[in-house]
This record gives sequence, C-alpha cells and structure tokens, in this order.
Amino acid sequence: MPDKPLKIGVTGLNAIDSPGPGVGVARCLKDADDLEIEIIGLAYETLEPGIYLHDLIKKSYQVPYPSAGTEQVFKRLSHIQSKEQLDIIIPNFDAELWNYIKLTPRLKEIGIRIFMPSLKQLDKINKLNLDEFARNNDIPSPKTKKFSSIDELEEFGREAEYPLVIKGKFYEAFIVYNTAQLVYYYNKLNAKWGLPVLVQEFVDGNEIVVAGLGDGKGNLIGAVPLRKLFITDKGKGWAGVVINDQQYLDLAEKINKVLGWKGGFEIELKRNDNGAISLLEINPRFPAWIYTTAAAGQNMPLALVHMAMGMEQVPFQQYETGKMFVRYSWDHITDISEFQKISTLGEL
Amino acid sequence: MIKLKKNIAMSESGFIFDPTTGDSYSVNQTGSIIIEYLKEGLSEDQIIDNLKEAFDSDTEQMRNDLDDFLHYLKQLKMIDYA
Repeated sequence: MPDKPLKIGVTGLNAIDSPGPGVGVARCLKDADDLEIEIIGLAYETLEPGIYLHDLIKKSYQVPYPSAGTEQVFKRLSHIQSKEQLDIIIPNFDAELWNYIKLTPRLKEIGIRIFMPSLKQLDKINKLNLDEFARNNDIPSPKTKKFSSIDELEEFGREAEYPLVIKGKFYEAFIVYNTAQLVYYYNKLNAKWGLPVLVQEFVDGNEIVVAGLGDGKGNLIGAVPLRKLFITDKGKGWAGVVINDQQYLDLAEKINKVLGWKGGFEIELKRNDNGAISLLEINPRFPAWIYTTAAAGQNMPLALVHMAMGMEQVPFQQYETGKMFVRYSWDHITDISEFQKISTLGEL
Repeated sequence: MIKLKKNIAMSESGFIFDPTTGDSYSVNQTGSIIIEYLKEGLSEDQIIDNLKEAFDSDTEQMRNDLDDFLHYLKQLKMIDYA
C-alpha cells in the first residue's frame, strides 16, 4: 500500500433527477480495502449535491465548463494540482471527456494520471457514428438517419412508419407518433443541441444496460448487465436488478475488443419479447448506477484506479445476480456557510 | 416433456426470479408446488397424480387448471416443451 493516501479527482457530482456518475464512483472508491483513497470533487455548479457530502468527498473545487476551452480547464486543474497533488482524475461527464483526453499528456506532466480512451475511439461510438459502428461489426441496432434540413425531415416524415425516436446530437430523446411531432422536436433539439438531429426506428422491449471496463489492450476487465426496473420520465433508471445472460457479456466483450477500449463504459440495449437485442447507445464513461457493480462483486472504478496506477488488475470472473438498486432522494442538510465558501472561493 | 427454464430461483414464499431477464413473479402455494415438480422433471400426468393426493378435486378439473397454469408459464417463457 502506498505510504500516503491516493488523491483522486472525481467529476459528475450532480446527483439530481438525471444524476451524474460521480457520487457512485466516489462511493466505489471509498470501499477500497487495499488503498487509502481521498476523493477531491471537481464541480461545475455550486449546488452539485456531491460536493456537500463530506464523508465521501473530502474537498471540492469549482472548475470551468468544458466550453471554456482546454486552456482554461488546464489552468484551473494546474492550480488545483498545486494545492492537492492529485494522483488521478476520473471524468464522468460526457461533454468534458474531449478536453480531458486532449489534456492527458499535459496532465501527466503535472502528475495527474487519466485512464481514458483515445479521441478516435471516442468518435467511433459517438451518437452520430454509432449506427455505422454497429453495422460494421454486425451488431443489431435500430436504423438511424441524420437530418440537417427541415424540408428533408418533413419529406421523410410523411412516408415514415411511426412511432419513431428523435434524438439530440448530444442528449435527449423523444418518441414521436406523427410528422407534426417529428418537426416540433426537430426544432426543439436543434435549438438546444444543434444539427444534425437523429431519427431512429423505435424498438420496443426491456431496457438492459451493461457497465464495463476495458484495459485499453482489448481485455475486458469487468462487465455487469442490469435490467432497468423503474424508469423516470427522463428515461433514467431509478431501480434495477443485476441479471445474468451470456449474450450481454458476449456483446460487451466484442465491443470492448473491437474498440480496444480504455476505461469505463456503459452499453444501452433493448431486448424484445423474442429475445432479440438491439444496441441503442454506448456511453464512454461509467453509469450513475456504477455502485451496484461494486455491490455485485465488481468494483470497476477501483479496478480502473489500480490500472491507472500501474498495479496488477486481473479481470473479474463473476458477479452476484439479483443485486438491486433502488435510488432515492434525500434532503441533505448543510449550512449557508458551505454554500458561501463554494460560491465565493470556488472551493469547499 | 416440460422443461423449466434453467436458473429460475424460487423462494419459500413463492417469489420467482428469472436471473436472465430480471423478471419476477409471485405464485400461490399450489403454483409453488407445481414449479417444484417441474424442477424435479415430473411430467404433466405425474404432477396431476401428485396433486390428486394433496387436493380434493376431479382429474379433469385438475388437468384443465394445470393446463391453464402451464400455458401461462409458457407465455412468460418460463417453460418449454421438449
């Protein structure tokens, strides 16, 4: 065991109705019995709940939004590094991944390790390219079309069979039942996330997600499939149960191998009544429910830390089926002085 | 021959969990007994013979009820006929 605690920066501490994975990742790391770990929170907003959970997050710093640019992010991380001497940062927020990957060599120079895929790998599973990725690798997925023109969309919409799913370039998806709805959500998603807007065949079935971890050399270190049991109106799983079906593990193995993925990921699937599966998305980070994987016997964030630190990490061989999570909201009580610190000093 | 899907777990209270799909169900005591018989690999006739000893009902009624139950299990993809 190292002679001083490992300091790990964690982002995505927005444990709101569409929660980030940061709190779950921090919780996994605090379960380590082979390493002493201190978590440093990196937050965009002053009201990200995770930064007030001091049993979990020792200290937090506000960081600039990814849109501020790589230089601004690096400047702030350098300042934090001068005070904290972080060993690793685990980014958990989709929109920040690009910056962190770009900054990996410079962060290494100041002593911060990052265990993430390359930009090329990230690009392959981008929402805009996933359809092509799935086709090239014989993975069933819903037919997807990209639209950047409302005229083309309307023409398509008049001939199309409904329902369809319309998706923003980065986030959000809506089920639509006619051309009017298709056009309405196209405009809404375009205004929020820009073009193109994706239109996807609707696939019915149970929502299955698989959390996984790749070592960057094609080896799958861990994979745990989960059936979502309760889904909120934002499409977020609010309860789920760990299941055991080899076809999901085989798919995770295949995707990880094809990509040579380095780091955490989440595969989103649908499975219909006949057992056929369809790939909906691959998220390039751990999911918000990641603590369930630790509870089931595969602490993937900790395994990622081992690999980032150059320690030996053998692939997990099993997990416990039937482990469940039921998410809940909790009014965490704090004091205005805490809010004042993060608001005025950018630290808590 | 009726084959119960492998790995189906059932508690003493009749709660059933299918670990491959994550589906769960509850059955009453009679349902639990039938599923136990299916786990043991008993045929439909053997199940009826056993049930006759435990319940006071005529064979035809029992066969109809069992058929309904098996049909339901088939719909849920919990059993298959080999």
